[in-house]
Amino acid sequence: MTQVTMTVNGKTVSGDVEGRTLLAEFLREGLKMTGTHIGCDTSQCGACVVHMNGEAVKSCSVLALDAEGAEVKTIEGMANPDGSLSTIQQAFQDHHGLQCGFCTPGMVMSAAALLKDNPKPTEREIREYLEGNICRCTGYHNIVKAIMAASGQDVGAIAAE
Amino acid sequence: MPKDHGIGASSKRREDLRFLTGRGRYTDDINLMGQAYVHFLRSDMAHGKINGIDTSEAEKMPGVIRIFTGKDFEGVGGLPCGWQVTDRHGNPMQEPPHPILAQGKVRHVGDPICAVVAESAAQARSAAEAIMLDIEELPAVIDMKAAVQDGAPKVHDELDSNLCYDWGFVEENKDAVNKAFEEAAHVTTLELVNQRLAPNAMEPRVAVGDYAPGTDESTLYTTSQNPHVIRLLMGAFVLGIPEHKLRVVAPDVGGGFGSKIFHYAEEAFCTFAAKAIQRPVKWTASRSEAFISDAQGRDHVTKIELALDADNNFTALRTETYANMGAYLSTFAPSVPTWLHGTLMAGNYKTPLIYVNVKAVFTNTVPVDAYRGAGRPEATFQLERVIDKAARELGVDPVELRRQNFVTEFPYATPVAVEYDTGDYHATMDKLLEMIDRDGFEARAAESKARGKLRGLGINSYIEACGIAPSALVGQLGARAGLYESATVRVNATGGLVVMTGSHSHGQGHETSFAQVVADMIGIDEGMVEIVHGDTANTPMGMGTYGSRSLAVGGSAMVRATEKIIAKAKKIAAHLMEAAEGDIELKDGEFTVAGTDKSVAWGDVTLAAYVPHNYPLEELEPGLEETAFYDPNNFTYPAGAYACEVEVDPDTGKVEILSFAAADDFGNIVNPMIVDGQVHGGLAQGIGQALLENCAYDEDGQLLSASYMDYAMPRADDVPFYAVDHSCQTPCTHNPLGVKGCGEAGAIGSPPAVVNAVVDALHRGGHSHVMHIDMPLTPHRVWQAMHQA
Ligand code: FES
Ligand code: FES
Repeated sequence: MTQVTMTVNGKTVSGDVEGRTLLAEFLREGLKMTGTHIGCDTSQCGACVVHMNGEAVKSCSVLALDAEGAEVKTIEGMANPDGSLSTIQQAFQDHHGLQCGFCTPGMVMSAAALLKDNPKPTEREIREYLEGNICRCTGYHNIVKAIMAASGQDVGAIAAE
Repeated sequence: MPKDHGIGASSKRREDLRFLTGRGRYTDDINLMGQAYVHFLRSDMAHGKINGIDTSEAEKMPGVIRIFTGKDFEGVGGLPCGWQVTDRHGNPMQEPPHPILAQGKVRHVGDPICAVVAESAAQARSAAEAIMLDIEELPAVIDMKAAVQDGAPKVHDELDSNLCYDWGFVEENKDAVNKAFEEAAHVTTLELVNQRLAPNAMEPRVAVGDYAPGTDESTLYTTSQNPHVIRLLMGAFVLGIPEHKLRVVAPDVGGGFGSKIFHYAEEAFCTFAAKAIQRPVKWTASRSEAFISDAQGRDHVTKIELALDADNNFTALRTETYANMGAYLSTFAPSVPTWLHGTLMAGNYKTPLIYVNVKAVFTNTVPVDAYRGAGRPEATFQLERVIDKAARELGVDPVELRRQNFVTEFPYATPVAVEYDTGDYHATMDKLLEMIDRDGFEARAAESKARGKLRGLGINSYIEACGIAPSALVGQLGARAGLYESATVRVNATGGLVVMTGSHSHGQGHETSFAQVVADMIGIDEGMVEIVHGDTANTPMGMGTYGSRSLAVGGSAMVRATEKIIAKAKKIAAHLMEAAEGDIELKDGEFTVAGTDKSVAWGDVTLAAYVPHNYPLEELEPGLEETAFYDPNNFTYPAGAYACEVEVDPDTGKVEILSFAAADDFGNIVNPMIVDGQVHGGLAQGIGQALLENCAYDEDGQLLSASYMDYAMPRADDVPFYAVDHSCQTPCTHNPLGVKGCGEAGAIGSPPAVVNAVVDALHRGGHSHVMHIDMPLTPHRVWQAMHQA
């Protein structure tokens, strides 16, 4: 066991981990922050996406030890300081961008990373960016729509809510 | 004007607040004090005889608490099958035992052999690697038709053969059907495969067993769509725990699509082991494990024949299907190719004579059971493909051929045992054609052609039977369960309500939509209604959520219970206002006396019920809490018309979906936003089946597509924005809300639209020999079809 220290959602945290412990496992089991989900074991589904030093990463493919000293942001840290939903979260609710909610943390974190780099993405850009995030419930329609809406684009013309 | 609250409003989902902030409580988020972890050592061969298991080294590994093998389960029941099918000759299906841990043999890759319980999941995994297995590999049967040949290796030595049942429906009609084929002016025949799929809810299955020695009570937390069903099956048939000593909790569940209906070995194991070691035991499936342990779906091979008269009226339909059961009978597996498939073969059409033959077969593969649509996608695909082929052979418009044969009068008794209560298939087809600009298609096709692409349009209808119920009917058909639903409505003194429902929400948004219904009935704010589900300790016995039954059956139970609440509340209001009960009206949360200006508020009445100072105690009990069980008298029959436009790249065979339109008739709608979302999700799964997904086994029974590297899940860039419409509404005639169910339609109706479109594109490109391509329509398959002689 080795001690690891990082900042998660602005708070300094530390814990003992094995060399093989994944960041996703450290968050869920070490810190009991269960908002980050694990949906696969081949780094394909994106349910585990968090931000590390401002970049979206799949926390199932980062060793906890490699996050030593890093700034990590998870879904638990996405709401506004007053607890209200952030713009992206609110757009997901407004446009029904989630059903079972399992892929949602990863979707929101990916969407936030996309909009940081590309504040007005096209439909195609969003769909391509979400290549690494699988959702089995929504058929993606309302996720893409929510992200467009969160970026301030008019989604009124897109068929159906 | 869209409504802003109550029935018909797109109320935003309240459950989203916890899911969007990382505060959901899924089963894997539950960690109990002192919990141990289990890892299952599973068979890596499809068929083998267990000669020995040596756990001695593994037991010495760090953290190991106990290793279980089949021996520990010798006195314990196997997993029960919940549906018995009777074959063509009146005999019951062959029903092999389904042990918790392998007994003597392994029968599919993934069959659990040993369970290692340790202090951590990693330790359990490591120790499992130290178990020495002596398993003699036996020849495996993977192909269904090979499995029923004489001399084929038997999956279960104790059975006569690998044939589970040979089912004929309706057996008495067989001769008349055959005669109609002899007299037909035209017969269209199609052989097709409805390939095996992995349901792939994004949350892998999890089970946490707990045992309280002080009270001898067991608790199971599990990723289930129907906790009461698990409690009954596991308690009564597997572990022998009476229901009052067993609690099953299915908290937030990350999608199900059928795969979380069934009672699985891991659930029984964790419950059993928690008592054995007197500590909580947790199991979390990896995705790789899900691929070889979650029940899979579909897997039918079918020959379908359609007979038409000289005027192109359908005169008879005949099918022969091989349906793969896998190595064991999963909970509801036998019902899927029979009663959920054969009964739908009439489709939207008035074909007078139908005969369906289904041979269910055991093979050395993962068990197969209901997956979104369950039997109905298979029926719809065959029918809508054979009709398209018939139209092509006859040189008639596929839409007109369908229209000419539509059922138009209701109720309509099909020749396959069901009665459609209501519908309007022309209306949804009209709506669809309006949505897709069919007239403009030729110009679009020409534009594609100019770019070197082949454009095609596929259109089809569908009907499905859902709101799955009548207990009496399903009992006759072999179900070993009732299919009612339940609700308890508890009104609190201060006027808020808690609805405890037997339905289960794992993405459907019941916490929002069910609250809309109750709030609307009383005329109060939706925020005053809380929906509780998923825990056998605080909900009445319910059958759970599948077969698009939640609102149609569970919602109806809730309406009935709320009606009882309102009836009692009116009595209390009549007393408070010294008026006759018959004169009391309830509107917008106010009770009034007809023809007067007297009124009392909802909250005054609820308070009186619990503070019964001024109260008719001699006639009426205090309190305000009612339960209802609802058992409908028929299925519901959503129906509609779907269209898909594709572009095929003739150089590569790659198919791109350009647009997809769905016109559905779901009867009345409670929350249009949620209904749209259900259709979107179903369409993506149907498009996934049509173009991408496949559980491919090699001849040794290894699942080749056992991870997201190889199993092609639909991703955001594989699908378009969908156009969906549900303005055609023929309300269900037999449930109080007039609702039909919308959860599966998208997955049922969409695969034929895609395949019809691709075949159309190829014909337009001059490949007129291509009459069918089996799903998934990968670039390779499409290219091959184009270039076959
Ligand atoms: S859990 Fe990280 S990509 Fe699937
Ligand atoms: S909302 Fe269920 S997987 Fe995306």
